[in-house]
Amino acid sequence: MAQMTMIQAITHALDLELARDEKVLVFGEDVGNNGGVFRATEGLQKKYGEERVFDTPLAESGIIGLANGLAIQGFRPVPEIQFFGFVFEAFDQIASQIARLRYRSGGRYYAPVTIRSPFGGGVRTPELHSDSLEGLFLQTPGVKVVIPSTPYDAKGLLLSAIRDNDPVIFLEHMRLYRSFRQEVPEEEYTIPLGQANVVREGKDVTIVTYGAMVGVSQKAADAWAKDKGLEAEVIDLRTISPIDIDTITESVKKTGRAIVVQEAQRSAGVGAEVIAQINEHAIYHLEAPVLRVTPPDTVYPFGMIEDEWLPTQHSVVAALNKVMSL
Amino acid sequence: MSKTVSEHTVPYVQVLDENGNVTDNELLPNLTDDQLRELMKRMVFTRILDQRAIKLTRQGRLGFYAPVSGQEASMIGSEFATEKEDFVVPGYRDLPQSLYHGYPLYKLFLYSRGHQEGGRVPEDVNVIMPQIIIGAQIVQTAGIALGFKLKGEKHVTITYTGDGGTSQGDFYEGMNFAGAYQAPAVFFVQNNQYAISVPREKQTAAETLAQKAIAAGIPGVQVDGMDILGVYAATKQAVDRARAGEGPTMIEAVTFRYGPHTMSGDDPTRYRTKETEATWEKRDPLVRFRSYLQAKGLWTDEEEQQFIEEAKDTINDALKQADAVEKMTIEGLIDAMFEEPTATLKRQRAEITGEGAN
Repeated sequence: MAQMTMIQAITHALDLELARDEKVLVFGEDVGNNGGVFRATEGLQKKYGEERVFDTPLAESGIIGLANGLAIQGFRPVPEIQFFGFVFEAFDQIASQIARLRYRSGGRYYAPVTIRSPFGGGVRTPELHSDSLEGLFLQTPGVKVVIPSTPYDAKGLLLSAIRDNDPVIFLEHMRLYRSFRQEVPEEEYTIPLGQANVVREGKDVTIVTYGAMVGVSQKAADAWAKDKGLEAEVIDLRTISPIDIDTITESVKKTGRAIVVQEAQRSAGVGAEVIAQINEHAIYHLEAPVLRVTPPDTVYPFGMIEDEWLPTQHSVVAALNKVMSL
Repeated sequence: MSKTVSEHTVPYVQVLDENGNVTDNELLPNLTDDQLRELMKRMVFTRILDQRAIKLTRQGRLGFYAPVSGQEASMIGSEFATEKEDFVVPGYRDLPQSLYHGYPLYKLFLYSRGHQEGGRVPEDVNVIMPQIIIGAQIVQTAGIALGFKLKGEKHVTITYTGDGGTSQGDFYEGMNFAGAYQAPAVFFVQNNQYAISVPREKQTAAETLAQKAIAAGIPGVQVDGMDILGVYAATKQAVDRARAGEGPTMIEAVTFRYGPHTMSGDDPTRYRTKETEATWEKRDPLVRFRSYLQAKGLWTDEEEQQFIEEAKDTINDALKQADAVEKMTIEGLIDAMFEEPTATLKRQRAEITGEGAN
C-alpha cells in the first residue's frame, strides 16, 4: 500500500493499463515528453515509447477523431482533453461520432475510448478551463461519464473505464488532484461503472453529490451533526451517467428527505436528473421536496468571485436546515 | 522585408481529353485490357444504379439518396487504385466506392432507408457507413491511417469529401494530423462545383482546393475528375506513396454532379444554368472513356446494352434482399448503445416491452 494523491493514482492506473494491454494508447496535447500540464502522464512516454504515449497537434476535434479512427483499428485509446472547457471543440467527434459508432455500424465497430480531462472550479484557472460541462454528456446517448472523488476511486474507476468496450468520459477535478493523499493498493482492482458509494451513513437526510462536492458535503454533514445532532447520509455518485438510482432510492426510503449538491449551474443538469429519478422511484417516501445546492445559471465566473459562486459547506448546511423545516 | 519560405505549384493531371484521346502518354496507367473494360463496366453500373435509385427514392422505396451521375470517373477510378485491405472512409455521396470496396449493395439500400443493418459491413470489408457530418471523416481517417502504421501493416486509408468539405475545420485538422504523423492517408476531394447551392467561387478565395494541402505540408494534386484514367493515375501515385511510408496526399478531382445535391428537395435550376450543365455534359466520363475503349477495339454498344440489363437485374436482386430484412426495432436500438445495456437502459427497455418494468 502506498499513500497517493489523485494525480499519482491516475498515473499509476495508466501505467498498469499500458503494461497490461499493448492496444492501450495515451495521447493528447503535451502528454508525451512534458507528462501533461498536471503531470498525469509523467514518465509514461519514457517507459512505453513514442508509439504508445504521444503528443498531438493542438486540435481537440482532431484528437478525438484520431481516437475514433484508432478504435476502428482495434486500439484502446486514452486521449486527453487538456482542460474540459475545450471540449466544445471536440463535441461533434464525441457526441455524433464516438458515442454512435457501435449503433451506426450495427456493432461492427465500437469505441473503447476513455477521454480523460481535468475540470472543476476553485483553482482560479483562466476562463473556459474549469467549467462543469458534465451535464451535456448526461444528454449524450452512448457515453458513460465518470467523476472520481478520491485517489482510491480514481484508480479503480480508471481501470474499469479503460477496460470498458464503450466510450467513457473520465473527469478529474483539478482541486482534488493534490489536495490529499490516501492509501491506494499497488495491485490491480476495479470499481464497477454505474455504482454509487455511500461515503457517510445517516438516517435524517440524503445528500446526493459527486466530484469535489463530496468532500464539501461530508464536512457539512459532520458540522451539522455536531451542531444539530442530525445525521446526513452522503452518496458519491462516482458515475453520473448512468446514475445509480437504486442506491439513491434505498437511502431516500430510509431518510425521507434529500438534497443534491453540484458544482455545475442549476438547470437541466445532474441534480435535475437525480430529482426526476427520485420522483419516479421514491416519491411516496419523501417528506419534503428535494432541494438543489448549485451555483446560479450564469457562465462560470472569472477567478475573482469563484469562491462566492461555488457551493460551500455553509450553503450545504443551509439546505439541510431548510429541507428539515419543510 | 519579406522572406520566401517556399514556392509551390499544384500539378494538374489529365490522361484523356474530352474526345478520349491520350494527352499524356507518360501518365497512361499500365492496366490490362480486362481492367480497362472493368473500369467501364463499373461506370456503366454506377450510372444505371443512380438512375434507378432516383426513381426508387421518388417512389418512396429508398430514403436518403445523394445522386452521383457525372462523378463516376472520380469515384470508380480512385477506388480502383486501392487494394482490398485498404480502408475506404466515405462521405454520404460515396456509395459506389463503398460498393466496389465490398460493401454489399442491399446494405447500402438499407442505409438509405435508415436501417441499422445498413451500417453493419461484413467483417472482412474495410469500409464504414457513409458519413453525414461534413468533414468528420477526415480526422477519423488520420486515426485509421495511423492505426495501420502502428500495427506495421502496409495499408492505406482513403477518404472522400466534396468542395464544401474543404471549408470545414476538420478538413485541415485531419490533413495536419496525418502529415504530422506521416500516416498513410489519401484525402480525395470531389470538387463537383457546388456545395448544395453555393458555387466553388463563393466557397473559398483559394484558386484551387488542392493548394489547401500545402499549408498542412503534404502534396496536393489536381486531376481532371471526368477522366477516369487521370483519376486512377493520380490516386495510384498517392496510394503508392502512402504504402511506401512517404505520407499522405490530398487530391482534388474537378468534376460535376448532374443531379441535385440530394433527393430531399434540392432544385439545381435555382443556382446553375443550362449552359453550365451543357458544358459539363460535353466532358462526360462515360462518353470519353467509351470513345477511348472503342478506338482500341475493347468495347461495343451491344456489350454495353447487355451490361445495362445485367445491372438492372443485380439492382433488383439487391432490393429484394433489402426488402427481406426485418424492420429494426426500438429494443434493437437500445441494445446497440453499449456492449451491455446500462441499468438505466435496461429499465427503459423493460418499460417499452412491458417486461418487469418499475
